[in-house]
Amino acid sequence: MELFEYALVGGVLYGIFFSLVGIGLNLVFGVMRMINLAHGQFIMLGGFGAYVLYQDLHLNPIIGIVLAIVGAIVIGLPLYYAVVPRLQRSRDPEMLSFILFFGLAQMIEALAILVFGADQRSLPAETLGSGSISVLGQAFPDSWWVAAGVSILSILGVYLYLTRTRLGFATRAIMTNREEALATGIDVDRVSTIALIMGLALAGIAGVFVPFLLGSISPNIGTELTTSSFAIIIIGSLGRPLGTIAGGLVFGLGTMLMETYFSSWSNIVPYALLVIIVLIRPAGLFGRAVRQA
Amino acid sequence: MLAVLAGVFLLLPQVYGNRSLLFTMMTFIALAQGLNLLYGFTGYLPFGYVGFFGAGAYGMSLLVLYVHVAAPLAVLGGGAAAVAAALILSPLLRLSGAYFSIANLAASQILFLIVANPSLAGVTGGPYGLNIEQAFDPTASYGAMLVIMLLACAVAVFFRNSRFGLGLRAMTLDPVSAEMAGIDIVRSRLVVWLASAAVAGLAGGSYAWDISVYYPEAVFGLQLSVFAIVFALFGGVGTVAGPILGAVLLYALYSAIGISLPQYFELLYGFLIVLLALFLPDGVLSLFQRRRSAVSARLKRRRTGVL
Repeated sequence: MELFEYALVGGVLYGIFFSLVGIGLNLVFGVMRMINLAHGQFIMLGGFGAYVLYQDLHLNPIIGIVLAIVGAIVIGLPLYYAVVPRLQRSRDPEMLSFILFFGLAQMIEALAILVFGADQRSLPAETLGSGSISVLGQAFPDSWWVAAGVSILSILGVYLYLTRTRLGFATRAIMTNREEALATGIDVDRVSTIALIMGLALAGIAGVFVPFLLGSISPNIGTELTTSSFAIIIIGSLGRPLGTIAGGLVFGLGTMLMETYFSSWSNIVPYALLVIIVLIRPAGLFGRAVRQA
Repeated sequence: MLAVLAGVFLLLPQVYGNRSLLFTMMTFIALAQGLNLLYGFTGYLPFGYVGFFGAGAYGMSLLVLYVHVAAPLAVLGGGAAAVAAALILSPLLRLSGAYFSIANLAASQILFLIVANPSLAGVTGGPYGLNIEQAFDPTASYGAMLVIMLLACAVAVFFRNSRFGLGLRAMTLDPVSAEMAGIDIVRSRLVVWLASAAVAGLAGGSYAWDISVYYPEAVFGLQLSVFAIVFALFGGVGTVAGPILGAVLLYALYSAIGISLPQYFELLYGFLIVLLALFLPDGVLSLFQRRRSAVSARLKRRRTGVL
């Protein structure tokens, strides 16, 4: 029973964090109808940002959050205007953007290896607090709670942006129908750029906590994170940022329970969940993604 | 063209010493062509294509180890294993575009994680891989790979020039009209899917036969899918010569600089993919085709007297 409670509390924390991992991908997909296959690589960059801050500048890795936001603007703005308008005029935007972002992912990974080396790097957990908090008699280190807290705040921020601001309304309008939004006079390019930057920033913020929750960060971790993110947003239904929380919790609990009871099989969880879900409800998930958001 | 290809790879080992480079190049021609069968003719891009390659390699090796089948038969068994995996995964074809690609990637990872799982070390060797040295026969495995490569290209020729292939092209352009014209979309797609998987499985089987000692990463590494995709895209999908051209040129480049400087090469590849997606989605071959059709259009105008 003790083991079960451990998996339960750990799964919820892990799952909340993974909602943050997935939400950026979901936002970008919802607005641009493009799959950012380099999502995991941007998360990885966030992790290395935190690592550099701590290792070379002796700052608290949590400042990586600011760095992630700045980085997202610096990368996202030129990236959008360099590729997106051109892709949207092409004959098959969905597939070509998929291929393009895949190429981008390869480039980021190669650059990260050139700059940081291929080794795994870890950060001492004490930098985010040396204590631990217990729930149901199960103690988890502070870093896990900080990660979950930041995740909840970030997701809340996305929710408020989408439901309380003018730009958020415009964003939801584009998610529902791009052509209509354009016809109503919404500056689609501007709103989409902001969505892309937010997506990248959320990825970077999630990356800051990867060394703490996954134990280490390395340049080749990106593909795994992209696939996990994809599984999470499909479970929580595409194009609905809040659904991502449900996806993250299913993923977190599933992983933790497997890790507790069948540890050697736990790394199959995200892939198996992904395949099972898309096979059981392909039409449903896909249809809903197109109609509402 | 097939005869030329066959002749080149039959004669080259006599004059060129690096046999393993030639073998790997054939492997990638087969893989790029096999991927082209599916992506070029139906629009489904299998990111987890390597899963079938691995299934073929393990199917072949396990048959040699536990059933003591002769190696050539075991290669066929490897192909059958890949086809079986494709049949199980055939519901993935209900997905479209990127969903299919990602689900396919996940499926190949599941296969890899099962095969490489330490709990199964007694059967599949787990993370420690397999050893089928008793079947090692470099000449025979070279021949087997040559046959498989030619087979893959022959299937592509068939898709280009047959009624069946015409139907495939029609359904990529407009599935609804194609269905109304009497093409059984679901069945055609399934046939292509299985053919494509069979090519990868057979190639995986001969590859395992040739290297005979390997870790699971060697036959399930995502890098293999990546190479096959880049080679096919570079040359031009939906053609016969495109994937061959892409595999020969880029693999030669890879063996010249990629092995000693893999990161620079990955960077170059990524950049190449971005450029292809943005500026040349139909591959390098399309450059020549476009020019040729422009020239012929001009000639026609001149002949008919219209300017």
